[in-house]
Amino acid sequence: MFGPLVVKPNKTKGDKTGSWRIQLRPKYLQKNCIACKMCALICPEGCVKGKEKNTFIADYNYCKGCGLCVQVCPKADIVMVEEGPEGEKK
Amino acid sequence: MESNPLFKPGHTACAGCGQALAARLVIDAAGSNTIVVNNTGCLEVFSSRYPESAWNVPWIHSLFENAAAVASGVEAALIYLGKKDITNVIAQGGDGGTADIGLQALSGMLERGHDILYVCYDNEAYMNTGVQRSGLTPFYTNTTTSPAGSKFLGNPRPKKPMPEIANAHGIPYVATASAGFPQDLQRKVKKAISIKGPKYIQIHVPCPLGWRHETELTYQIARLAIETGLYPLIEYENGKLVAVRKIAQPKAVEEYLKVQGRFKHLLNNPQQIKQIQEIADNNIQKYNLSEATT
Amino acid sequence: MKEFLEGSRAVAQIVKLCKPGVISAYPITPQTHIVEELAKMVADGELNAQFVNVESEHSAASVVLGAVACGVRAFTATSSQGLFYMAEVLFNISGLRLPLVMTCANRAISAPINIWNDQQDSISLRDSGWIQLYAENNQEAADLHLVGYRLSEDKSIMLPVMVCMDGFILTHGMETVDIPKQEEVDKFLPGYRPLYKLDPAEPLTMGLLADPDYYLETRFAIQETFKDVLKMIPKINEEFKNHFGRDYKDGLVEEYCTKDAEKVIVAMGSVCGTIKEVVDAQRAKGKKVGLLKIISYRPFPYARVYDVLKDVPRVAVLDKAVSPGAYAPLAIEIKATFFGKKKFPKVISSFVAGLGGRDITLESVKEIFGKLTQKEVSLEFIDLKPELLKEEYGE
Repeated sequence: MFGPLVVKPNKTKGDKTGSWRIQLRPKYLQKNCIACKMCALICPEGCVKGKEKNTFIADYNYCKGCGLCVQVCPKADIVMVEEGPEGEKK
Repeated sequence: MESNPLFKPGHTACAGCGQALAARLVIDAAGSNTIVVNNTGCLEVFSSRYPESAWNVPWIHSLFENAAAVASGVEAALIYLGKKDITNVIAQGGDGGTADIGLQALSGMLERGHDILYVCYDNEAYMNTGVQRSGLTPFYTNTTTSPAGSKFLGNPRPKKPMPEIANAHGIPYVATASAGFPQDLQRKVKKAISIKGPKYIQIHVPCPLGWRHETELTYQIARLAIETGLYPLIEYENGKLVAVRKIAQPKAVEEYLKVQGRFKHLLNNPQQIKQIQEIADNNIQKYNLSEATT
Repeated sequence: MKEFLEGSRAVAQIVKLCKPGVISAYPITPQTHIVEELAKMVADGELNAQFVNVESEHSAASVVLGAVACGVRAFTATSSQGLFYMAEVLFNISGLRLPLVMTCANRAISAPINIWNDQQDSISLRDSGWIQLYAENNQEAADLHLVGYRLSEDKSIMLPVMVCMDGFILTHGMETVDIPKQEEVDKFLPGYRPLYKLDPAEPLTMGLLADPDYYLETRFAIQETFKDVLKMIPKINEEFKNHFGRDYKDGLVEEYCTKDAEKVIVAMGSVCGTIKEVVDAQRAKGKKVGLLKIISYRPFPYARVYDVLKDVPRVAVLDKAVSPGAYAPLAIEIKATFFGKKKFPKVISSFVAGLGGRDITLESVKEIFGKLTQKEVSLEFIDLKPELLKEEYGE
């Protein structure tokens, strides 16, 4: 008999930390993106995914809205917008 | 980034956490053939709350001060099993768990020459317990156990020179890194992993909560620390200083101090700012950080 | 093969036969000879193990924790201050349910500093979740390590085992010990097959934070598992007898002339050898005395103690440790055995002796039997020197 001890990571889903966002979320304009990958690199959650130009997007299930991707984008192609009907939380 | 990230989102770090960022970069650079031993601290707590775990690599947390010792046991076991050549071992912890309570275990691990990379996430205080002063808290920082008051102006001691202490053990690789220089960080981790023996990397990671700054400024503040000379980015190999990140035009320390609430008590204290500027200037001279000189 | 050797060397020989892959070593009198002997074996290629010279006992325990977490059998030894220094790691190891065998060479606790034998060190860690087995002589000390690994690594147990042997008396005492052959040990103790381990092929997270919604069950699990240990120890000792010929009966207690005894001393460790001599001498004179030796202190074998002592009118408990401000540690367990029961000894007297290595002589034991009258002794120190209590300070 052991009780709660060891966890298999592939059995865990993580908290839906996207619910932490109250006001703002990063909007990925996907217009002038040069695929420098800085947004994906700098996200503390590691929830920004993308491959080619204009394909980068945050996973809003996990995005905490810290705003780092906005600050780091060399093309200002990410902007913070109000949480609202337009950007529904998935 | 990847479909199966080694450090998964869904952990409960603060928004904008420099340590979460650095931890993800470190394990991504090290790869999936890595066993991680973690000290108690913010990183351990927010990434491993039963039944959740952010770690897609074998990971163990024991106590506050013994990651280096547990990792020594892991490394010995891997050697016994004949698997050390194909498995990386990383021991990691915060500045308190490394420079203070963990110094003995770290020193023993470095001295014995284990093939382990030790990573210190330096957010310059005991953040997990609520921002208390540690051996790596900089001069004049306002923390809860070194508060700025009418009689004293915050932490009265400079940072313990941990990279030099690690280097004095005669290990093959010591480096400092920063959350503000993510590619450089990953390059250093990859380089360290490729070297056999004990390695020490200290990563400067801003903490929006403890340093009192906006969450989106983590990256810029980390870079400011380097650009003022307060946090030199250096590499030692086999005891010799082999590389530094030069600063084209060093910024005044005030630019770094004024964006953090933990230093706001200094803004009307030019004498203290001067003392901090001296630290930066000494670093620039000691490590030859200025691009102006060759 | 029978050898005449020091207790520490006997332990080292047995540990070598158990084939640990990682050994961590930190010196502290009187266990040091154990790790020194193992170091020599590794240096001569007799033992294929990673020998890690750590910088403190805290790290000694941490190193074996890390090794076992990776699925490799490990060993370390300590005493007294070292045991206390690694105390938090010991709780960690049992909480993580990692199997391990560690030798504790029982030694007194500072202050004042004293390197000689008593059992305060291991007894003070009775809450650590470790199985604690106490040896009377060097043969037992050696055998308990074999039993220990079998017990510890059993998939239904997965709890660490502390083999306690009295420092200097056993560690440095020379006795004849039957050291088995490697093939015999291999048949009794197969290689360690972990329930879970750190392996990149199958990532696991170990040592998570368990908040109030999860912690309680882990402690319940350990408490329940100790009940299984009480059943497992006799089973393993039965197998041990079949393999090696030595019969420790249930391996929890040893009854020595207790069947019709009117006075019984309960004790643990090497003092039992001395008590047996007194029992023999007194029995020869027709006095009905006996000894109940406790082998397993954790888990405490209440049912067996009840069985043996329920019809004994007078019981003396000999403690080699104290719990200042309360009853002595072993005495408490003996008293608790009988509360609420229909049958019980009329007198359970508590005696403390041997602290800091003061010899417990044949005379001391006779004195205890003598003091076991119908008047219960709440707690008495044997062989006290009252003249030493007249120190005056100040002025």
